[in-house]
Amino acid sequence: MLAIDVHQLRKEFQVQQSRGGLKGAFQDLFRREYKHVTAVKDISFQIPKGEICGYIGENGAGKSTTIKMLTGILVPTSGEIKVNGYVPFKDREKFVSGIGVVFGQRSQLWWDIGVVESFQLLKKVYRVSEADYKQRLDELVDRLQLSELLSRPVRKLSLGQRMRCELAASLIHNPAILFLDEPTIGLDIVVKTEIREFLKSLNQRYETTILLTTHDLQDIEALCSRVIMLDDGRIIYDGGLQELKAKWGKGKEVVLQFEYPVTLPKLHELTQGLDVAWQLENELSAKVFIPYERANVSEVLSRVVGVLQIQDIKINETNTDDIVREIYKSGSAEVKQTEDTKQDEGVLTHA
Amino acid sequence: MLSAYLEIIRMRFLMMLAYRVNYYSGILIYALNIGSYYFVYKAIYGDQTVIGGLTLGQMTTYVAISWMGRAFYFNNLDREIATEIRDGSVAVQLIRPYNYVYVKMMQGLGEGIFRLVLFTTPGMIFIWLLLPIDLPTDPGLWAVYLVMLFFSFLINTQLNIITGLFAFFLENNEGLMRMKRVAVDLFSGLIIPISFFPGWSKTVMEWLPFQAITYLPSAVFTGKITGAEVFGKLGIQALWFFILIIPMYVLWSRSRTRLFVQGG
Repeated sequence: MLAIDVHQLRKEFQVQQSRGGLKGAFQDLFRREYKHVTAVKDISFQIPKGEICGYIGENGAGKSTTIKMLTGILVPTSGEIKVNGYVPFKDREKFVSGIGVVFGQRSQLWWDIGVVESFQLLKKVYRVSEADYKQRLDELVDRLQLSELLSRPVRKLSLGQRMRCELAASLIHNPAILFLDEPTIGLDIVVKTEIREFLKSLNQRYETTILLTTHDLQDIEALCSRVIMLDDGRIIYDGGLQELKAKWGKGKEVVLQFEYPVTLPKLHELTQGLDVAWQLENELSAKVFIPYERANVSEVLSRVVGVLQIQDIKINETNTDDIVREIYKSGSAEVKQTEDTKQDEGVLTHA
Repeated sequence: MLSAYLEIIRMRFLMMLAYRVNYYSGILIYALNIGSYYFVYKAIYGDQTVIGGLTLGQMTTYVAISWMGRAFYFNNLDREIATEIRDGSVAVQLIRPYNYVYVKMMQGLGEGIFRLVLFTTPGMIFIWLLLPIDLPTDPGLWAVYLVMLFFSFLINTQLNIITGLFAFFLENNEGLMRMKRVAVDLFSGLIIPISFFPGWSKTVMEWLPFQAITYLPSAVFTGKITGAEVFGKLGIQALWFFILIIPMYVLWSRSRTRLFVQGG
């Protein structure tokens, strides 16, 4: 069963343009000029029930706009959306009782009153029975360690504490789908890890479908089996994280510490015939870059280790941040094809 | 669903309690307003016994009851809605299974009840001890007044919501909100009773919704309007309530397609 089904979704905005100067200001007074901006350009994707899917892209790529259409906040310009069996913007009130949403940058708790008061209100708003509420709250309090926070006013919570409460607030009614818009923004590593762990166990226990946008790729690595990457309103990648790494990661870097001083020509000689690049850091340490498919790590190492005394070896995988930065910089897959110079960065979209 | 809306009223009540200083300063401001209007009118009346159909005693009562009524019906929903729309937090309201407009109305009611209980009632007793005010003795009149005061709340809140929702269509509706505020204070008869206005402007004002907010209930309460006419005026309030539902509904449903959430 599909939790989210999107076809040719499009969203256009009209943005007011201000003309410059005094004359422009007067003109604006009588006739405004508008500019059309297309934030989301005919995207399609399907997410099955129980999947955790990451939705990434640069600032302004259209992630938040998509989330807002999927949650029924915005009405799309064209295209079809079906989430949890509903068309979000049509049966909004019925639809939203089945979803949970967390906006990392906005609080959905009431600022001036105790956290538990907010929960009480949400319980009534979502018409959760007393028994369910109790059980649910106990579980959330336990898993997110909220017991000390419940009676405090929201404005007195730290960001990490608040975010844990926000998560709990979005889950009081046990939604089938959870939308997270940058849930870990501004959090320290401990809270981030806690939240990731929590989301993972939530997904396993209740089969909650989770769609999250983030700029922190470690969120994606920890949680998502699938990523959708957006650039300028279009999907440029949709698939597994491993494949993304395999396709875009260019190779591995190995750092070697030697027992005795070595020279660059010596190293080149050892790996003759292999397409690798050496770099000497100092006389006792060197880096070698091993591109995928043109050479493999064990081959290189066996040649070196057999001859030279090695103290330490470190293998650096190209990390996802680098890969994604590379993709953002190069833009869409089509541009890549015309360039054609770097063959190892081929077509990506296989949606 | 009703229990959710009741909970919203309760929450607003709690939130008002959380900021008690606002509440104390509010009492002071209202007392000053009533006091200064009392002395102004005393000077205006001088030797005259009746102006615009009101005696000085009635006028004093009118001023006191109008301001105290205002404490109940007044709210800042227009500003709250406009702020929520402008900073994008309206998005959070839209992910909840309730109607945004009803919720706002209930929040206003929570605020109104808070002030009625903790502000208007003690304030009225205070003023009654200080100034020569004749409160009616007929419990029926009190009942009618409370119903009319509730309609004042509804109409004023509807106007506030309509003004606030304009933030969807105007980049900045600050001017509109100020205009509405002045219009409500002036044309509702809070500052000057409608019967004081010259002939033509009185006719204009009788065709506007504002008089239903302050003038009609206060005039009934002070005994300026009596008998069967009272129910006619109540009818006018009810009529305005129903008429104002239309623009409110149209604005809200059109704003759904207009909305774009600012600031990500």
